[in-house]
Amino acid sequence: MKILVCITHVPDTTSKIAFTDNNTKFDSSGVQYIIGPYDDYALARAVELKEAHGGSVTVLNVGTAESEPTIRKALAIGADEAIRVNAEPTDSFFVASQIAEVAKEGYDLILMGRESIDFNSGVVHALVGEMLGIVSVSPVMRLEVEGNTATMDREIEGGKQTIQIDLPFVAGCQEPIAEWKIPNMRGIMTARTKPLNVVEPVGGEKQVKLVDYELPAAKGAVKIVAQEEVNELVKMLQNEAKVL
Amino acid sequence: MSVLVFIESDNGNIKKSSLEAVSFGAGIAKQEGSTVTALVLGLVEDSQLGALGMAGASKILHAKEERLNTPSIMAYASAISQVLEQTGATTLVLAQSALATPAGARAAVKAGAAIVSNVIELPVVEGGQFKVKRGIFTGKAFETLNVEADKRVLVVKKNAVELKADGGEAVVEEVAVSLSDGDFVLKVLETHKQEGDVLLPEAEIVVSGGRGLKGPENWGIIEDLASSLGAATGCSKPVSDMDWRPHHEHVGQTGIKVSPNLYIAVGISGAIQHLAGVNSSKCIVVINKDPEAPFFKAADYGIVGDAFEVLPKLTEAIKAVKS
Repeated sequence: MKILVCITHVPDTTSKIAFTDNNTKFDSSGVQYIIGPYDDYALARAVELKEAHGGSVTVLNVGTAESEPTIRKALAIGADEAIRVNAEPTDSFFVASQIAEVAKEGYDLILMGRESIDFNSGVVHALVGEMLGIVSVSPVMRLEVEGNTATMDREIEGGKQTIQIDLPFVAGCQEPIAEWKIPNMRGIMTARTKPLNVVEPVGGEKQVKLVDYELPAAKGAVKIVAQEEVNELVKMLQNEAKVL
Repeated sequence: MSVLVFIESDNGNIKKSSLEAVSFGAGIAKQEGSTVTALVLGLVEDSQLGALGMAGASKILHAKEERLNTPSIMAYASAISQVLEQTGATTLVLAQSALATPAGARAAVKAGAAIVSNVIELPVVEGGQFKVKRGIFTGKAFETLNVEADKRVLVVKKNAVELKADGGEAVVEEVAVSLSDGDFVLKVLETHKQEGDVLLPEAEIVVSGGRGLKGPENWGIIEDLASSLGAATGCSKPVSDMDWRPHHEHVGQTGIKVSPNLYIAVGISGAIQHLAGVNSSKCIVVINKDPEAPFFKAADYGIVGDAFEVLPKLTEAIKAVKS
């Protein structure tokens, strides 16, 4: 089974978000970068499937050379080879076009996180599926493959659904599809020599252009209500906050 | 130039988020001097359609093809893109959901339109520009984009605009769409859904519990407060990790992101990953016995106290106001 896992290179979930250049650039100073948490679940499941069924895992990242330590980490976790599309991942349509171009080569499974935690578009799996003319499913919480057929649980509003589909397809993954894997020493050593191929992007047209970034307005101070005065709280929610 | 809004229904009932999407579409139409058409797929009673006119649609297209009665991302994407082409609409609006978001994305590729998701407020259309604001970094920041493509698909977050009810009556027409067997290759084996409860992503009010509740057997006080408010219940990540509550109730960075009018957090310390899932709530109330809990810094109102004492009293107080 040939598996393609698409990963993002994103600021750690505890990062403080700030912008520079008149709010047109993300301030990466002091920021720790990680494999997108959802992508990390997808990668972990891909490695498990390879161990169970044989085959190979290729990781794909659309990003600049700065992503390479993150890509090496994915190789250390158990991917066999990596492809980096050398471009700034500016918008979801552009990123999806790059993934679809690489995926055309023929993979049985295309896995990724259900969304990136930096730009949160949550649509790349669907765009890639449509570009390739195959089914896309998200968010997937369980994925089993038997022969040419996959059985999955996907989360729906207020519950979950068990579905079945033949390969190939695209899946956006989330917990608890697998446990995150921590690379061991041997993995880290072998990752250094695994192939990491850099390819140039296709297409260049952008559908959207950034105007600027913005941080939310600072929150006013919290109003503390004594625990004996719940009636006061209810009154404030009614008359002041007007949410009841 | 016109706006098409996809209407999602749940068991034949139009979702409130879709009505909001119509009001959102009407806000765009007003700026560009166009009109809003609402697209209804599958089984929805005619009596439900009036609300769409009130929310701002001037026309309703209803595709009654039987195969659309069961939601399918592929089939819905096909139907939506066909109607987009038939109507010549330049903007498609969908309310964010597990069904509508991917269906909208696929329709965007079919139609050659730009896609912008996680939209949090009404776009500004002026001087040939179409500026859209969306949430990024999981609610920790926003970006404004100018959509340069001629056609655009906007996936809108809950509470992006207020639901309007000042519209009129919309003309209802049937529309034909053609679907292929390829749209139905995904087999649904089983569906588990909690019936009767308020859906978390749709809820106006959410009451969430954390580890401070000490165990799943104590969830009664959360449920009582929620039912007094007509609220949905949520939980923190440790609670769903420990299987006290199902995963679809997990609110946070890697769970459901909610944007209700009122979010009440009980016994949740307020880790940054939890805040990421709630920071677009209009009003946040935190109940925690630890005055140093970081959640208080993100809250509008707080009670420092024991949940087991505070919650029953709060539930009584709310019942008293509601009756």
